[in-house]
Amino acid sequence: MSNQEFDVIIIGGGITGAGTMRDCAMRGLKTLLIERSDIATGATGRNHGLLHSGARYAVNDPESAEECIKENMILRRIASHCVDETDGLFITLPEDDLAYQQTFVEACRKAGISAEIIDPEMAKRLEPSVNPDITGAVRVPDGSVDPFRLCAANMLDGKLHGGQVRLHTTVTGFIKEGDTIRGVHTRNLVTGEERDFYAPVTVNAGGIWGHDIAQMAGVHVGMYPAKGALLVFAHRVNNMVINRCRKPSNADILVPGDTVCIIGTTSTRIPFEECDNVAVTPDEVNLLITEGAKMTPSLSSTRILRAYAGVRPLVSADNDPTGRNISRGIVCLDHEERDGLKGFITITGGKLMTYRLMAEIATDAVCRKLAVDKKCQTAETPLPGSEEASYEAVARKIWEKPSMAQKAAAARLGTRARHIQTRDRLDEALICECEEVSVGEVKNAIEMMNASTLTDLRRRTRIGMGTCQGEFCACRAAGLLAASHGCIEKEREDLKDFLQERWKGNFPIGWGDTLREAEYTQWVYKHVLGIL
Amino acid sequence: MKLQEYTLSTHNFEECMKCTVCTAYCPVLQVNPLYPGPKQAGPDGERLRLKDPFFFNYALKYCLNCKRCEVACPSGVKVADLIQSARIKYDTSPPKWRDRLLASTDFMGSLARPVAPIANAVTGLGVTRSMMDAMFKIDHRRIFPKYSPYSFEFWMGRHEKEQAAFSEQVAYFHGCYVNYNYPRLGKDLVKVLNALGVGVQLLEKEKCCGIAMITNRMMKEATRNANHNVGALAKAVDKGLMVITTSSTCTLTLRDEYPSLLGVDNSGVRDFVMMATRYIYERLEKGATLRFKSDYHKKVAYHTPCHMEKLGWGIFSEKLLRMIPGVEFTMLDSACCGIAGTYGFKRENYEASQAIGENLFTQIRAVDPEVVACDCETCKWQIEMSTGYTVMNPISILAEAIEDKQ
Repeated sequence: MSNQEFDVIIIGGGITGAGTMRDCAMRGLKTLLIERSDIATGATGRNHGLLHSGARYAVNDPESAEECIKENMILRRIASHCVDETDGLFITLPEDDLAYQQTFVEACRKAGISAEIIDPEMAKRLEPSVNPDITGAVRVPDGSVDPFRLCAANMLDGKLHGGQVRLHTTVTGFIKEGDTIRGVHTRNLVTGEERDFYAPVTVNAGGIWGHDIAQMAGVHVGMYPAKGALLVFAHRVNNMVINRCRKPSNADILVPGDTVCIIGTTSTRIPFEECDNVAVTPDEVNLLITEGAKMTPSLSSTRILRAYAGVRPLVSADNDPTGRNISRGIVCLDHEERDGLKGFITITGGKLMTYRLMAEIATDAVCRKLAVDKKCQTAETPLPGSEEASYEAVARKIWEKPSMAQKAAAARLGTRARHIQTRDRLDEALICECEEVSVGEVKNAIEMMNASTLTDLRRRTRIGMGTCQGEFCACRAAGLLAASHGCIEKEREDLKDFLQERWKGNFPIGWGDTLREAEYTQWVYKHVLGIL
Repeated sequence: MKLQEYTLSTHNFEECMKCTVCTAYCPVLQVNPLYPGPKQAGPDGERLRLKDPFFFNYALKYCLNCKRCEVACPSGVKVADLIQSARIKYDTSPPKWRDRLLASTDFMGSLARPVAPIANAVTGLGVTRSMMDAMFKIDHRRIFPKYSPYSFEFWMGRHEKEQAAFSEQVAYFHGCYVNYNYPRLGKDLVKVLNALGVGVQLLEKEKCCGIAMITNRMMKEATRNANHNVGALAKAVDKGLMVITTSSTCTLTLRDEYPSLLGVDNSGVRDFVMMATRYIYERLEKGATLRFKSDYHKKVAYHTPCHMEKLGWGIFSEKLLRMIPGVEFTMLDSACCGIAGTYGFKRENYEASQAIGENLFTQIRAVDPEVVACDCETCKWQIEMSTGYTVMNPISILAEAIEDKQ
């Protein structure tokens, strides 16, 4: 096989693509993943980061609920450095019907989700931020999961098993022979280089963009983009996931994720043209704050860091062209069976939570086509970084007396934190002061994790995700990037783009301290550094 | 426009704009690279600690609690309070015996005072100091304050009647130092206030303000003292008395540390607790007069203690000293002396403590005054030990400058 030929090509560097890459590579397939931007840029990186227990779906979608709880338990084992086992509460507010609680708990039990009704007083002790007027509470095994870390770890494992990743590379067309997809034409969006890659099977894991990819291949997948808006608060107000115990609706989940907490979401159908540039509206911000404060009153007085939105790839169940039968379940389409197009599979629908199962289903389909008989091992094998159960254990194993930045690095990278090099004192200095990211950790992301822009670095290290939103870390990290690729002009542009992107998220909630901070950032970059 | 007023955050630490001014003003950071600095240790670290106490950093113990970060902060973030609160909340190791010993000023005072000459001789001995260093890691180079053979409370007991004769009265929170080590300062205050026609009385029974207990994480003891003192202060306030103080640190503790670090409500008494220099200055402003000695002359350099900076009251001590005929006044640039109460006594902090103070010591040597004036007893020990210059409380200078008969 030449370096252009593979067993399988996966299009899409979200969690589904990354998971599929890992599974394929672990089953011994020569795997290539192509992503037009960076890891986790679509829906993967634009959701709550909720490790669903499945309880949310128990009443209306028992099948999804069962999938969730199974995958929940698996992720706790295989992705410990991406998962925070916080547990969750389903609270009943005075305006909610307490009778729903019984229905809810029974449905949870049927789906195999432990759901324990607890005294509201107990709930308030467990989670003091919760609305003190609650009339009921149920404890479930929810948690939080960091989608960037999860995606990066899957991709890394794919690479460790011989897979290749091409980021910032777009598929410009398919290489077709009769009714068979033989490969893809690609263009590197950074260098402009055009290359063809060949494989007997191509997997479309493009999320909502999978619609266009399928179209390019000549088949139709009925997808429906649904925008969901979320708000990030500047610190953890809650330490347990808080949900409303009622029929799922808007703004009824508050997830503590790393150093922040996130309220969401909304659901609005949008046209395909808007998928690449979704904006959060003032109405959505209002709704999220108003509803969020009902669950956790202190949200109304907590600094908001940013607003963002993602697009859910909803799919009409297989061959229903009317689109009436929309499912949030996993959809795996073998286009040979469905449309007579050989060598092409679409894996879509599903959730961040069930990515591993989606990957398993897709890889099973790939293996069937290639007549490879290998068992899936992704449910048992820990991801790279997750070999230890806790970041405390990781930090203490690597460093005798871990600094705050070293502890934070252990929490972000798990056992992979040992690859952070401390060549001199400068490597210990901080790039990002809000999230405690050292020079060494940023260098590690540049050298070992394919980060080529500031936004890439953000997804791998959390720089720019803290309170100052890039004010201090952006120019420091830009210096390291410039040193790595050697082009100051390019880095100056990257820095502008990065700050502009940060501002995009600040803008919808630009008041109070967030506005002061943004003003200050502008002052530093424009008037002190003369960059913008 | 002051935008802070319009901000919605009730979480004080979120008002940090990351401007890093606090870091530039931190005296510890300049000498100790192990300390993460106020911004890192305070508002930045708080977000991680809220995620998991595992992120607590033991290097926070290097914080002096000088509060210069809070004075510097343009956003009103209580940086030092965040750091001290984190130490209280997350450092669960029991305080060392050494720290308990250093913090128990009341206990040590009552123990040493009756045998003051012996205690003073013993603590002054090189062999004792070496032993304390070896046993408790109390630095052997540190000079301990001398104990007085009689307490200030005892002296006041003997003058109760004549003080009660004044129609106008104030209560005096003298603090441990005046009571056990240096009653002279208390007597000086009484002299000045009497000259203004004001009689002095003690609180019903005061206890150590507790600052050393707070910084050494003896929270149970500190809270007990705070509750007691707030009760004693309330009784004086109920009688319509102002409570006058001569120590800036005791004052800051009574007014600000009780509610913010101990959660002890002092709202009923806070505004009635005041440094003597402010009280006297304001009386003089309103027309009261003092008769000064005509031949008085002194070259005085004033050092603003950190906690006086935080109170914002250094200006009153300065104005008062400048008012004294014959005082040749120099204002020293504001800088921490480095001792920070019990901090500088600990062996692990001695070098840092002296390095921090060096800036101030150099200034003092350059000015070469007859005395250094300052409102804090631990600054006094530090400056006297490190420069050899005598340090006097502004009240003592005032007492010295006025005629005995008014």
